[in-house]
Amino acid sequence: MIKAILIFNNHGKPRLSKFYEHYNEDTEQQIIRETFHLVSKRDENVCNFLEGGMLIGGSDYKLIYRHYATLYFVFCVDSSESELGILDLIQVFVETLDKCFENVCELDLIFHVDKVHNILAEMVMGGMVLETNMNEIITQVDAQNKMEKSEFFPFFSFSLSLYRRLSFSLPGRTGRHRQKNVSYCHV
Amino acid sequence: MALKIVKGSIDRMFDKNLQDLVRGIRNHKEDEAKYISTCIDEIKQELKQDNIAVKANAVCKLTYLQMLGYDVSWAAFNIVEVMSSSKFTYKRIGYLAASQCFHENTDVIMLTTNQIRKDLSSPNQYDTGVALTGLSCFVTPDLARDLANDIMTLMSHTKPYIRKKAVLIMYKVFLKYPESLRPAFPRLKEKLEDPDPGVQSAAVNVICELARRNPKNYLSLAPLFFKLMTSSTNNWVLIKIIKLFGALTPLEPRLGKKLIEPLTNLIHSTSAMSLLYECVNTVIAVLISLSSGMPNHSASIQLCVQKLRILIEDSDQNLKYLGLLAMSKILKTHPKSVQSHKDLILQCLDDKDESIRLRALDLLYGMVSKKNLMEIVKKLMIHVDKAEGTTYRDELLTKIIDICSQSNYQYITNFEWYISILVELTRLEGTRHGHLIASQMLDVAIRVKAIRVFAVAQMATLLDNAHLLTGNMQRNGICEVLYAAAWICGEFSEHLENPVQTLEAMLRPKVATLPGHIQAVYVQNAAKLFATILKNQEGNTDSTAAQETSQMMIDRLPLFVQSANLEVQERASCILQLVKYIQKLQQKDVEVAEEVSALFAGELNPVAPKAQKKVPVPEGLDLDAWINEPPSESESEDEQPKAIFTKEEPKHSRPRHTEVDEKELARRREARKQEQANNPFYIKASPSSQKVYQEAPGVEHIPVVQIDLSVPLKVPATTPSHPTGLPMSDQYVKLEEERRQKERAEKKKKEKKKRKEKRSGRGKKHDSGPESEEDITPAHVVDIVTEEMPENALPSDDDDKDPNDPHKALDIDLDKPLADSEKLPVRSHRAAGAPKSSAEDGEAENATPQEPKKKSSKEKRDKKKDKERDRKRSKEEKKKKKHKHEEKEEDLLGGQAEEPVVQSEETKEVEAQPTSTSAEVSDLDFWLSNAPVPSNTQEAATVAEAAPAPEAPAGTAADSEPEEPKDTETEESKSSKHKKKKQKKEKEEKEKKKKKKHHHHHHHSDGGGEESVQNGTVEEEEPLPPMSNYCLLAENSYIKMMMEDADQVCDIQGNLQDGSQVVVSVIFENKSDSFLKSMEFNVLDSLNSKLQRPEGSGPHDGLTVPFQLPPGVSNEARFVFTVQSIVMPQKLKGTLTFIVKNEDSSTHEKLDFKLHFTCTSYLITTPCYSDAFAKLLESGDLKSSSVRLEGVNMPFHHLLARICFHHHFSVVERIDSCASMYSRSIQGHHVCLLVKTSGQTVSIDAKCDEPTLLGNVLDEIKQTFSQC
Repeated sequence: MIKAILIFNNHGKPRLSKFYEHYNEDTEQQIIRETFHLVSKRDENVCNFLEGGMLIGGSDYKLIYRHYATLYFVFCVDSSESELGILDLIQVFVETLDKCFENVCELDLIFHVDKVHNILAEMVMGGMVLETNMNEIITQVDAQNKMEKSEFFPFFSFSLSLYRRLSFSLPGRTGRHRQKNVSYCHV
Repeated sequence: MALKIVKGSIDRMFDKNLQDLVRGIRNHKEDEAKYISTCIDEIKQELKQDNIAVKANAVCKLTYLQMLGYDVSWAAFNIVEVMSSSKFTYKRIGYLAASQCFHENTDVIMLTTNQIRKDLSSPNQYDTGVALTGLSCFVTPDLARDLANDIMTLMSHTKPYIRKKAVLIMYKVFLKYPESLRPAFPRLKEKLEDPDPGVQSAAVNVICELARRNPKNYLSLAPLFFKLMTSSTNNWVLIKIIKLFGALTPLEPRLGKKLIEPLTNLIHSTSAMSLLYECVNTVIAVLISLSSGMPNHSASIQLCVQKLRILIEDSDQNLKYLGLLAMSKILKTHPKSVQSHKDLILQCLDDKDESIRLRALDLLYGMVSKKNLMEIVKKLMIHVDKAEGTTYRDELLTKIIDICSQSNYQYITNFEWYISILVELTRLEGTRHGHLIASQMLDVAIRVKAIRVFAVAQMATLLDNAHLLTGNMQRNGICEVLYAAAWICGEFSEHLENPVQTLEAMLRPKVATLPGHIQAVYVQNAAKLFATILKNQEGNTDSTAAQETSQMMIDRLPLFVQSANLEVQERASCILQLVKYIQKLQQKDVEVAEEVSALFAGELNPVAPKAQKKVPVPEGLDLDAWINEPPSESESEDEQPKAIFTKEEPKHSRPRHTEVDEKELARRREARKQEQANNPFYIKASPSSQKVYQEAPGVEHIPVVQIDLSVPLKVPATTPSHPTGLPMSDQYVKLEEERRQKERAEKKKKEKKKRKEKRSGRGKKHDSGPESEEDITPAHVVDIVTEEMPENALPSDDDDKDPNDPHKALDIDLDKPLADSEKLPVRSHRAAGAPKSSAEDGEAENATPQEPKKKSSKEKRDKKKDKERDRKRSKEEKKKKKHKHEEKEEDLLGGQAEEPVVQSEETKEVEAQPTSTSAEVSDLDFWLSNAPVPSNTQEAATVAEAAPAPEAPAGTAADSEPEEPKDTETEESKSSKHKKKKQKKEKEEKEKKKKKKHHHHHHHSDGGGEESVQNGTVEEEEPLPPMSNYCLLAENSYIKMMMEDADQVCDIQGNLQDGSQVVVSVIFENKSDSFLKSMEFNVLDSLNSKLQRPEGSGPHDGLTVPFQLPPGVSNEARFVFTVQSIVMPQKLKGTLTFIVKNEDSSTHEKLDFKLHFTCTSYLITTPCYSDAFAKLLESGDLKSSSVRLEGVNMPFHHLLARICFHHHFSVVERIDSCASMYSRSIQGHHVCLLVKTSGQTVSIDAKCDEPTLLGNVLDEIKQTFSQC
């Protein structure tokens, strides 16, 4: 089971938080802070698993994270999840975001957190992995967006051109992930 | 800002969407909180508007603010409003907001039930999807109960997108509403073989999650998962399954043996690291479960260790980490294989990655030996010095202590070294583990007698330098070690070199700044020390020294008397008075030392931590019994209100305490225990602790592990200040090395001698080689006093499970057939049944979830549940079969000879209908005993074996001895062969009774011994009278035939396409004393109905009944008829011929009978949902008809149950005294009933698309009720 999915930036600003177990808002913020604290002080070249988050989980839980450019993607999972599988899932998530936002950057996540939630909802449901196939996820997300558009809703203009693109690096494109075969699962 | 306020028109608000909000927050970095609070005010305004678009926009913004930590629960109602918008866009916003901030205590959740239900059944799959996603985050027990049925229906949705979501969410539903697990499980299991890989994966996911918590209930699924594992190519699914097997193998070692081979293959073949890793993990789990008595798995272990080494050596830190993690699992059972990779693991200790170092530390635990302990600890000590974060350092510290103290200090050869390590550890700053170090010091000093001299000296130094430690005053801080130091110095003060100096150190004014509990120990041990000093000094001629000591005590103690800590104060004032008194005596030159030291005489023995728990309760002592009966008044008053609600009959409401039966007493006792457990002031009864000491023999009798000392004890001079050069422990390492070398040298000498002696005889025998583990003798000391246990200590089996674990409620046996009471609540019934069920819940609070319903349910059965019933029976049969195996092996062999012919057909049927393959334990046994990996055919056979004949009706059983195996009668023979005795016996008895009474009904004779079936859809009110559909067919002096009136169609799946089959079950009972054999069943076919005969036989040939009947035995056979028209009832004439065999003679006999095919025989119980039902009625295709029954004198629910049972209907909806019912014919005719009752009159309005059929059915219903 996945207990929580957190995305925050290099300064600990939350960009998305999804808890699959109820906490009150203060605890949630505390968890985000603590997780950021744990994750941010780690070097780039260490493993992506972390034990010992006090607030969330316990001995059975692990933090599994990946760091892309300015953002940390952190999954808090228990022992029933495969560690490498979750790493791949994060990768699928980010690649899906990249496809859906067309070259995703942090600003996309800042201004369209609802969209990110919708994408995430097609991958993980109630703490369980729902779908790992990127094409399937994108198909469903697109279909729903199309439906939304057909209903005509003036408030949400998804004009992204206003924002300057940040180089939001995806593995394979920059940095350490280029030389590394990141996929453990071949999903 | 100002501009906004000016422009604060609705239009402006319209403009401010989520993006504007985010931008605004980013532009107000300075006064973010203020800005947000104005935004929240705006949002509140927006929420007040009627425009749903404005509301949705507001809710969307709130969701964002929630992420930033703002409580938005005040808007819960608005969220519900947005959720119920008909537009998908808004709906999605609403559900997202709800999933982010709703939880179990959100009260508006109650309002959502109907909305969610509507969305779930929406024709738009994304409405359904969004509702499912949202629900997965905020499902409550109430929602789970109310929606379980709807979600279960969605599991069979046409769209895989919905199916997979519905499957996943079922897990959440199970968690919140455990009762739903059993009814829903068959369908969940079905989804394991869903054609869509996503759905399959979801089902695997859910079952793995369930099985992880309660693996034993899922063992029976092992064959299915095994099949999936060997066939699936989806790595996600494989990983889950393999993880699941890891959880199952500890329960069933045979499973492990089966798994090893395919797993090994996967390990060799897969290129996905994640899969490889999980395979290795599960192989490890298997090896652990097999660790006893399976010697030939060393290859597998080697393979695992090898693969793990590859992982650990990988440059990818993630793989390294996981490799170490898995390695530590092997370590537990196969330490040797891991130890050979010590180099690698020690190398990981130096890794820059803390996670990896921690994992390596875990492994060290198993790496140590007597030989390398010092070396490893030395390395760790270096890490301790270098460590930056306190967490890692603390981890190191605990690991050092763990490693050293493991298995009773097994690896420590030199305790002086260990004590000095502990002392060195006290110099760590900011550690949280002072307490741990202190307890180690105490433990070693108490249990290792010979080290006490050394320990006391070290502790005295510590006390002297206390100022170095007291910097850290926080609890558990390092000053805790002073607690240990003071106690050791006091308790073993006879070993002190300079007791006066230590006493002085203990009474320093600075001590008063220590935590209270430490001061208390100081004061108490100062007194002990004082006693020792007196004893030493009194021997001297100079009495002034003693008096000076007393004076010092008197001077210093008042400081502690003023302590704010009660304990310190109390002890100090007590001791102060004592010393003053002693001083008085001293001044009179009275010798007091003896008496003073008598205060602290005797030695404390270490007692095992669990000793107290293990003291057996003496025979005859009932700890739960009352000492004084409590006043019954108050107790009964507590009872009363409950009783009023649960039982309404006035006769029960008389004062209850007059008749307190056993059960009631037990219940009360339970309640009392509960109360006591929750009452912190209640002192739990436990055997007195004194007893332990009373019975304990003296110190001499404590078992002591004596280890011979070859080297005399060395106590190097202790330096009071910090040793300058090497840390002290290193000095000991050196000493120890020297000692070992010496030892080795001595040994070699000895060996040389030996060899010389032997060389003359046999020549070289063996080289001593490198020092082996056993060669190292401990340096000294080491009487490890084992901890005391009470006599006849009880073996403890306390596994402390968390009682609050939600998964506990899901520990449900899934192999048991569904009871009819176990149904998911259907909406229409909730209205009527809700209050009751909650009352029931209260009553059956302690009942196990497996049997959630009342006893009465046992007596009620429904035809509808034939399937389940059969499953149960077949299970019994299985058991019987096992039994029989011993007695009647020949028979069975005879029977089996016939089976294979049947199986192929059975298999097909089973495959088409996976629900019915409720694999049982016995089947699992079978599967497991099939040692090699089953090929397809084998597996098919297994499944066939496992499958109970899906719709075999009520079972009668007797020894089945197919006489002529050549005559193969497809299904009938097979199923009847399965019948075994158990139920039949009851039946016979009843039958006999009946006979005595001469009740020979022809139709619908109630009260047959057949297990009656309850109608699950009817509310339970009173026990229903037992019902049976078996009626007497024909009887003569030899044989009796009971017929279940033309039971359902044969093939449930294909009945609509091929809706022309009716199965007749006939029970043959031998009433004579003779043996009946060669029974032949024949029916004169009519134009409409034909008995199905095996191919090749003529239209008038009889069917051989596939068994013989010994005297008094009965058995059941089933015959299939093909029917063309089903609108009219029919009668068929038939004959049974058989041979009666006595000891000397045999005669041919014959019995005529008439088979009556009623129209209800053609109906199949089919569940129908109320909405579908309503649609059906509206459709207008149905012709209506009605009937009135007068003088029906039975409760309404009995009436319904009767209709359900005898006429194969199911209740769609029931409101008060009105119910709608539904059934369907084998040819697909819909039959709808509306049953109303008022007084003794029952009116039934019926609709059906076939009026003739309807008329006949109604006539039959009328007849049923006219008979009772």
